[in-house]
Amino acid sequence: MFRTIALSVVAAFGFATAGLAAGGAGKVTDYDFSFEGPFGTYDQNQLQRGLQVYTEICSACHGLKFIPYRSLSEEGGVGMPEDQVRAYAAQYEVFDAELDDFRPAGPADHFGESGLENAPDLSLMAKARAGFHGPYGLGINQFFKGMGGAEYIASLLTGYTGSEKEEAGITLYGNDAYGGYFAMAQPLYGDDVEYSDGTPATVEQQAKDVAAFLMWTSEPKMMARKQAGFVGVLFLTVLSVLLYLTNKRIWAPIKGKKSA
Amino acid sequence: MGGIPHDHYEPKAAWEKSLAKRLPIVGLMYDTLMIPTPKNLNWMWIWGIVLTFVLVLQIVTGIVLVMHYTPHVDHAFSSVEHIMRNVNGGHMLRYIHMNGASLFFVAVYAHIFRSMYYGSYKAPREITWIIGMLIYLLMMGTAFMGYVLPWGQMSFWGATVITGLFGAIPFVGEALQTWLLGGPAVDNATLNRFFSLHYLLPFVILGLVVVHIWAFHTTGNNNPTGVEVRRTSKEEAEKDTLPFWPYYVIKDLLALAVILAVFFAIVGFMPNYLGHPDNYIEANALATPAHIVPEWYFLPFYAILRAFDDTVWIVQLAGFLTGGIIDAKFFGVLAMFGSIAVMALAPWLDTSSVRSARYRPMLKWWFWLFIVNFVVLTWVGAMPAEGIYPIIALIGSAYWFAYFLVILPLLGVIEKPLPRPATIEDDVKAQKAAKSGGADAVATPAE
Repeated sequence: MFRTIALSVVAAFGFATAGLAAGGAGKVTDYDFSFEGPFGTYDQNQLQRGLQVYTEICSACHGLKFIPYRSLSEEGGVGMPEDQVRAYAAQYEVFDAELDDFRPAGPADHFGESGLENAPDLSLMAKARAGFHGPYGLGINQFFKGMGGAEYIASLLTGYTGSEKEEAGITLYGNDAYGGYFAMAQPLYGDDVEYSDGTPATVEQQAKDVAAFLMWTSEPKMMARKQAGFVGVLFLTVLSVLLYLTNKRIWAPIKGKKSA
Repeated sequence: MGGIPHDHYEPKAAWEKSLAKRLPIVGLMYDTLMIPTPKNLNWMWIWGIVLTFVLVLQIVTGIVLVMHYTPHVDHAFSSVEHIMRNVNGGHMLRYIHMNGASLFFVAVYAHIFRSMYYGSYKAPREITWIIGMLIYLLMMGTAFMGYVLPWGQMSFWGATVITGLFGAIPFVGEALQTWLLGGPAVDNATLNRFFSLHYLLPFVILGLVVVHIWAFHTTGNNNPTGVEVRRTSKEEAEKDTLPFWPYYVIKDLLALAVILAVFFAIVGFMPNYLGHPDNYIEANALATPAHIVPEWYFLPFYAILRAFDDTVWIVQLAGFLTGGIIDAKFFGVLAMFGSIAVMALAPWLDTSSVRSARYRPMLKWWFWLFIVNFVVLTWVGAMPAEGIYPIIALIGSAYWFAYFLVILPLLGVIEKPLPRPATIEDDVKAQKAAKSGGADAVATPAE
């Protein structure tokens, strides 16, 4: 009977969480990403394409201030060779307080901050938005589909309706994923970048690639975490079985059964 | 211990005798570990061990996190990101600590509801219950302050809303709020004191947990029948009980392993499911989030807090009678704290002489309605305060108070309890008979 209590608590747990999140009530497409599910991993090629989209398009206004360049060479992520990371970082300048001057960035330096005041930093954007809220704001969808941060970003980038309106002297752009009018102008039109691996740079492809890249910047240790989770669950399951058998045997004389 | 007669530790070797004379620690450990425990405890009696384990887990992970965290408004958010990205295993430590809070509350709610169903709070276990309620209050305070530390948007605005509750207290409210915050608004001083208290309170909880265990080791455990263990002789006591080791230690460890497997699945595969995305946005005093929602485990009380707006007649009446001193906001605050106060008073509000709801046919229904109501309140707590939700919250809040203030006192008078087994031994025999069916049932008649 008291199993029901446990279930009720778990239900409360599942129902009432994270139902409401930033992002409004827009239409978010449930794109497939390689990193979804308990065994999902980042697609290294996709992250590299996403880095290219970020570098050539997004970084004009947005920053990634929590991300050091060196993390581009980390395992389970973009996986860029170290010399390439050095070369990539060296394209940028950082202010060095010791030199009291600008110098080329090195692997230990961070990506720049947002250049435009109103453009938010993107380091954690894929975790700071939830794509799925339903049904009825219960947030149960997040249990099955994931939080949907990357899906939200990809949907936002492909969701422009083309309509515009002006409010208080600012042009706003209609966006289905946002569910209203949005301050950022449409950034992707197709073939905005040229992928070196020959992938056609459609709007949707670029949007998904950069969304995947931003998922990685939000959660660079995802693969290590899933592995640790898997080992933990496996270990505890084996331990549970052993304890179950021990428990059964210890209690057998009390319960008046023959021990196994 | 517990007035239940049982064997005590006898020092045998010379060094044992010598130690026992100076510090009877082995005897204390022996008595604690071998304490006679009712034979018939079911799986709802495992939450205490889970809670103890989670408390230690939170303290250990917390202490390591503190080594890398910076309690300053300019650095708190980025130091958490530093933990997530640069500290070895830091992402696991933080996710365990973060989800550990949720496991803590799942376990504490199960533990509290278990006590309510089986009447564990009744004499002579009122002190255990009251200490438990104190632990629960401290847990809520600790969890709330811990949630502020990452200095995300929900941290900041949650702190603003919750400390604002104290501002609703008439006359002294504003001064009290400023004193709590260390300034006119949530800022660096607030973050620093919350950090300090978030580190301190778990150790206060630890101390209270020791007293909690001491208290119920003195009275002995309750059990699903609510019938006391026989204390007249050691032989009889032994028919009703089993030593804690190994029977319940192994059983509890099994439950703990299963629960931790689920916990690790959440930490490993969906660590942010129970959190709020807004908390990955750095705190910004100039941008209020569209919906400020507390963590899930506060939602029922958040629903009660918001349920009483100034359209509710009882709020209007309170305002009229006090000449406006009790306004809707203060009423909500009183209701929220009152909801926990009435729960703490359950031992005195429950007039029935029967402990366990197993033998209380009417309470059973009201109890399960209470659980459903708790889930509903959790749900409306997460919803915006508009449309139908405030009405649901109001009905739910009313039922919460009615359960403790009307139903528990009344049922003791009007309810006709079912016959109870005379002893725990009888209950165990009856259960055995029911399980094996036929033959055994005939061999061991209930009375």
